Amino acid sequence: MLIEQLINGITLGSIYAIVALGFTLVFGVLGIINMAHGEIFMFGAFIGVMITSSLKAPLWVAFAGAIVITAIMGYMLERFALRPLRHKQGVSHLAPLISTIGVSILLENLSHHLFGAGNHPFRASFAEINFQIGSITVYLVQIVIFVISIILMLTLSFWLGKTKAGKALRATAENLETASLLGVDTKRTITMTVIIASAMGGIAGILVGMAFNSVTPQMGLSMGLKGLAIIILGGMGSVRGAMAGGLILGLAETFIVVYGDSGYRDAIAFLAIIIILLIRPQGLFGQKIST
Amino acid sequence: MKGMFKKLVGVTAFSSLLFLSACGGNSEQAGGDSEGASDGKVKADVGVVSFITGSGAAYGEAIKGGLELAKEEINEKGDVELNLIFEDSAGKQDQALTAAQKLINSDNVTAIIGPTLSTEMNVVGPEADLSGVPIIGTSTTAEGIPQIGDYVFRNSIPEALAIPASMEKAIEKYDAKKVALIYGNDDVFTKSGFDTMKATAEKMGLEILTTETFQKGQSDYNAQLTKIKSYKPDLILASALYNEGAVIMDQARKMGIDVPFVGGNGFNSPEVIKIAGDSSDGLIVATPWYGEKEDPKVQGFVKKFKEKYGNDPDQFAAQAYDALYILADAIKNAGEADRDKVRDALAETKDFEGILGNFSFDEEGDVIMDPTVLVIEDGEFVVFE
Repeated sequence: MLIEQLINGITLGSIYAIVALGFTLVFGVLGIINMAHGEIFMFGAFIGVMITSSLKAPLWVAFAGAIVITAIMGYMLERFALRPLRHKQGVSHLAPLISTIGVSILLENLSHHLFGAGNHPFRASFAEINFQIGSITVYLVQIVIFVISIILMLTLSFWLGKTKAGKALRATAENLETASLLGVDTKRTITMTVIIASAMGGIAGILVGMAFNSVTPQMGLSMGLKGLAIIILGGMGSVRGAMAGGLILGLAETFIVVYGDSGYRDAIAFLAIIIILLIRPQGLFGQKIST
Repeated sequence: MKGMFKKLVGVTAFSSLLFLSACGGNSEQAGGDSEGASDGKVKADVGVVSFITGSGAAYGEAIKGGLELAKEEINEKGDVELNLIFEDSAGKQDQALTAAQKLINSDNVTAIIGPTLSTEMNVVGPEADLSGVPIIGTSTTAEGIPQIGDYVFRNSIPEALAIPASMEKAIEKYDAKKVALIYGNDDVFTKSGFDTMKATAEKMGLEILTTETFQKGQSDYNAQLTKIKSYKPDLILASALYNEGAVIMDQARKMGIDVPFVGGNGFNSPEVIKIAGDSSDGLIVATPWYGEKEDPKVQGFVKKFKEKYGNDPDQFAAQAYDALYILADAIKNAGEADRDKVRDALAETKDFEGILGNFSFDEEGDVIMDPTVLVIEDGEFVVFE
């Protein structure tokens, strides 16, 4: 049972990590919390459901479709909800947060009208592939989720650290005006970041749909809040922190069920986060901010 | 905050009472108007408080569908002319209360149907009772709902009646001795279902191996199910609504748990089969509503509902449909759209032949009806024997 629970925890944790990566990317560059990220994630899942069950298309089409559509949504989010608020006189620093909350409510209601209330099953033959080790059933999807989360983390770290676009992004994160003066196309960099983060949300959405066979218009909210908690735990803007934080939360939630009471699942997981933050206020991998 | 809210509720309840006594003549006048209608029809406004948006919107949609279909048929028949006024509660107590107050005080409705959740009924019921407006719950199955007051009724079979019926049959057939329980701990409905399950299991002398919980809207139940699997139960008692319940079954079957599930009333929906597919086989539920029943009334309803909305009606639609018929019957017997007279006529409802079966209210306004026990076999609900 222990190994099975470990697999459950890692699967859940990897999903949390992918969601948190999207959060951390946007926060790292723009310094804002994108509350609409959870809903973009939910849209990714729905598009996966639509493509695989309504159009009967293969899984890779679903992935491509979800990535393209969530990327477009990311662009729209940045173009219409975030950009108009930037560099404006008298705009509160909380304004972008509120406008992303607005977008998230809009998207939740929109998905309600488009896809209907209730649960949508994710029917993909890929999700059925499993192998038996003793009495333990391992699904290929569970392994794929873990692998994808690792790949995304490594790619992001590499991209941010070693490529020119990544350096431009970090420069923009450091100081928008200076980066702009030094010839970085900050507008494009910011747009790119939001698009990439959203597309990652879309990928996470499909993976959740396959792993749990459950897609609802409400799934974005709780996932969004968990993602937020994870980046605070891992350190705001840190890629490794998002990954570690996601796995910690996923495993903590699972093992509370194993050794404790499932009724306190979320309570204890979040209590753990509070304790970690008391010891390390900047998060596990966060840097101390000197002012 | 909470204290203030309570105070506010108290104040509004009191003021609405004043308001009601002040305009008692008003409602009589309205009744007089309709009585004076030349064709002898009784006209009445019926308020509906329902979970139309949010996580339980699927129930609201079904309820609205059932009510609107019933309204069309009743108005066509011509004994009474009903007008439905829909208000959204979004599944929230405060919003349900505001909606009910609006219906009672400004829309001046004769009766209210709804709200959807038992939690909502716990705040709306006392308000309607105080204001003297008959209210019928069509999906509120928790303990103690009709006991709120004389004006509070329901036609949804309580869990306390449905769950023991299905448990007894399942335990007898599978000779079960050890059971595991799983329930949603953040909802009065699933919590009350769990209490009934636990009490029944203890009364029957079953060994309860473990009790697991989950929350509304959760999508990953693997941790709880893996734990249940390790105890090797003969039977799993699951108090869940179908959205969560279907996913629980799906994940359980994938994991290799193949024992039957006994569910509460909210687990009973064709949606379970749609969501969980083959994994839903082996779900046992007691139901007031069985769409395959060879009764022309039932088949007629199923056909009309399908034509109008494109999907099979579930129990929420069926219960709402019957509720409006029961209410229309009472309004007809009362002879005018007067709240007190309709209440008295409702209380007298006996042996009403609806699509749910033979229905009567007991002296508290609760249901007297025999549930049917069903099981899912090869992707279909069939009678469990």
